[in-house]
Amino acid sequence: MTALARFYLLAILVFLYLPIVVMMAMGFNESALYELPFRFSTRWYEALSGNGQLISAGVNSVVIALITAVIATLAGTMAAVALDRHAVRGRTLLQLLLLPPIAIPWLITGTAMLVFFFWTGIGRGMHALLIGHVALAIPYVVLVVGTGLKTIRSDLEEAAVSLGSTPLHAFFAVTLPLLAPSILGAALFAFAVSLDQFVISYFLSTPGFATLPVQIYSAIRKGFTPEINAISTILLLGSMSVIVVFAIFARPGGSRDKR
Amino acid sequence: MTNVDITSVAKTYGQTPVLADITTHFAEGSFTSLLGPSGSGKTTLLRIVAGFITPDSGKVAIGGADVTDTPVYARNIGMVFQSYALFPHMTVAQNVAFGLARRGIRGAEARKLVDRALEMVRLPGFGERRPKQLSGGQQQRVALARAVVIQPSVLLLDEPLSALDRRLRQEMQVELKRIQRETGLTTIFVTHDQEEALALSDKVAILDRGRIVQMGPPAEVYEQPKTRFAAEFLGDTNFLKGTVVDGALRLSDGTLIRTGAPLPATGAAAMVAVRPEKMRIDAAGKAGDGAENRLSARIDHVIYAGPALTYALTASDSTALKIFAQNSTGAIHAEGSDVSLVWQPAHTIPMEDAA
Repeated sequence: MTALARFYLLAILVFLYLPIVVMMAMGFNESALYELPFRFSTRWYEALSGNGQLISAGVNSVVIALITAVIATLAGTMAAVALDRHAVRGRTLLQLLLLPPIAIPWLITGTAMLVFFFWTGIGRGMHALLIGHVALAIPYVVLVVGTGLKTIRSDLEEAAVSLGSTPLHAFFAVTLPLLAPSILGAALFAFAVSLDQFVISYFLSTPGFATLPVQIYSAIRKGFTPEINAISTILLLGSMSVIVVFAIFARPGGSRDKR
Repeated sequence: MTNVDITSVAKTYGQTPVLADITTHFAEGSFTSLLGPSGSGKTTLLRIVAGFITPDSGKVAIGGADVTDTPVYARNIGMVFQSYALFPHMTVAQNVAFGLARRGIRGAEARKLVDRALEMVRLPGFGERRPKQLSGGQQQRVALARAVVIQPSVLLLDEPLSALDRRLRQEMQVELKRIQRETGLTTIFVTHDQEEALALSDKVAILDRGRIVQMGPPAEVYEQPKTRFAAEFLGDTNFLKGTVVDGALRLSDGTLIRTGAPLPATGAAAMVAVRPEKMRIDAAGKAGDGAENRLSARIDHVIYAGPALTYALTASDSTALKIFAQNSTGAIHAEGSDVSLVWQPAHTIPMEDAA
C-alpha cells in the first residue's frame, strides 16, 4: 500500500515537473530545433543578454508583481481584519462579493477593464496593468489572511486589552506578529497572480510596455527560439527559490501553535 | 477601595434578555463565585465588569468610580481566560511583563516584579520558556501571574480551571485561593462547577436566566437554598410536596413534616427541600422521639462506592428520594426493605417558589 502510494506521488510529481524540466534542459541545448542528442551550450543565454525586449519585459513583470504584492497585501490585509474582527455593516454580503472575481474568466475581466479604462481615460500601460493586477490579487489576499485570522483566537487580543493595550496596540503587538506567516503567504500569492497573468496584461499592454508573458506570446508568434526557455528558466528559479524560502521559514501549512 | 458595584445592569441580545436588572455588590478583597448553568448570564456579567460588553442600562463602579463608559484597557482589571490566552510568540517573562510595559514599568524593575510574580505562582526560572513548552496547569499559572502582576483593582476569572483534568484542578483550586489571599484582590470567579464554587469562595451567587437568584456565603447558600433552582443546582436535594396544616407540611399520605423556618398559611400548597446527607435510615415502624421528622420509605437501589453509600428510595407518598450514608458500620440495608427516614426539622427548608 505504501509502495503504491509512493509510486502515485512520484507519478504526480513527474506529471507536474516533466514539462518544466524539459523546458529548462532545452534552454541549455545547442540546437534551436530541440534536436537530440543533447549538447550543452549557453548560447541561448548569451543571445538573451542581447535581447533587450525580452529582458525589459522580464524586468517589467517582476516590478509590477512586486508593487502589486505590496499594494494588494496592504489593502487586502486591512479588509480581512475589518471583515473578521469588526462588526462591519453588510459583512456577509461583502465577504460574498469578494469571491466572484476569482471565478470570473480573465477574458471577461480583461475586456471589462479595457473598456472601463478606455472610457474613464485611464488608458493602457504600466499604471493600468498595476490597477488591474492589484484588483485581481486582492481577493486572494483577503482569503489567505482571513483564514489566518480565524486561527488566531480573539481572546488573545482581549487578553492584551485587559492588560492595558488599546485595540490598536493589541493588533500590532499580538495579532500582527502571529499573522505574519499568513500575510507573507498572501503577498507571495499576490506576486504569483501578477507574474502569472497573461490575459489581462495582454489587453492592457502597450507596444512600448509589455510584461514577460505578453512578450513571449508575441515572440512565439514570430518564431520560437530557446531564448524564451532561458528567460523562463531564470524567472522560474527566482520565484521557486522565494517559495522554498517561504515554506522553510513560515511553514504555511500551519504547524505552528497560534492559540 | 476596590469594591465592585453593579447597579440595575441589564443586557439584551436581539430579543433575548441575557441579564435582567442585576444589582449586586462585591466587597473589597472578597472572592465571589458566579455560578450557574450555561446561558444563565454569568459570563456576560463578568464581561460587563471587565468592559468587553457594554450594558444596555445600569452602572458598573470599581472602587467607587463609575466605569460604565471606561474602555477595558483603562479599567485596570486582571483577567484570566478559560483558554489561558497566553501570547504564543512571547516568552513566559514577556507575557507577564506585557501589562507592566503598558504601565510604563520596564527594565530592571519590571524584571523584579515578573520574577516575584512567577515565584508566587511557583514557576520560578520559567521566564525564558515559551507557552507551548508548558503543561496546561503551568500555562494557567502564567496567565494568573500575568493578571496579578499589574496589581489590578479587580481580578476576573472566566472558568479558568475548566480545561484542566480533575487532579490538576484540585491542586489549582488550592493555589488560586492562596494567591487570592496573598494579594487580597477583589475576585470574581465564573464557574459552572458547584464544588469549586463552594470550596473557593467567600460568597456564591447563583444565576438563573439572567438573574441572581441567591447570593451568600457557601454554607448559607447550600444549607438554606431559597428556591428549587438554587437547591437543585447546588448539590443534590430531595423535595417533598404537600399542604400546610398548622404550621407543618402534610404529605399526600398524611405524614406530617415539620420545618425550621415558617411555612405559608394553612391550606397553601408548599414544597420543602432536604439534603440527602441530612436524612438517616432507621428501622421501620420504630417510634420516634417526636423531635425529628419521620417518613416511611422502601429502598429501591443501593449504590456501593466504598466509603459512601447512595440509597434510592420511594417514600410512602411515592416521592422518589435519595440518601447519602457513610459506610461506617459496614452494614448495608437490603434493597426492597422497608425503613424509616429520620431528620431534623431544621434541615427541612421551605422553598419560596413553592409547589
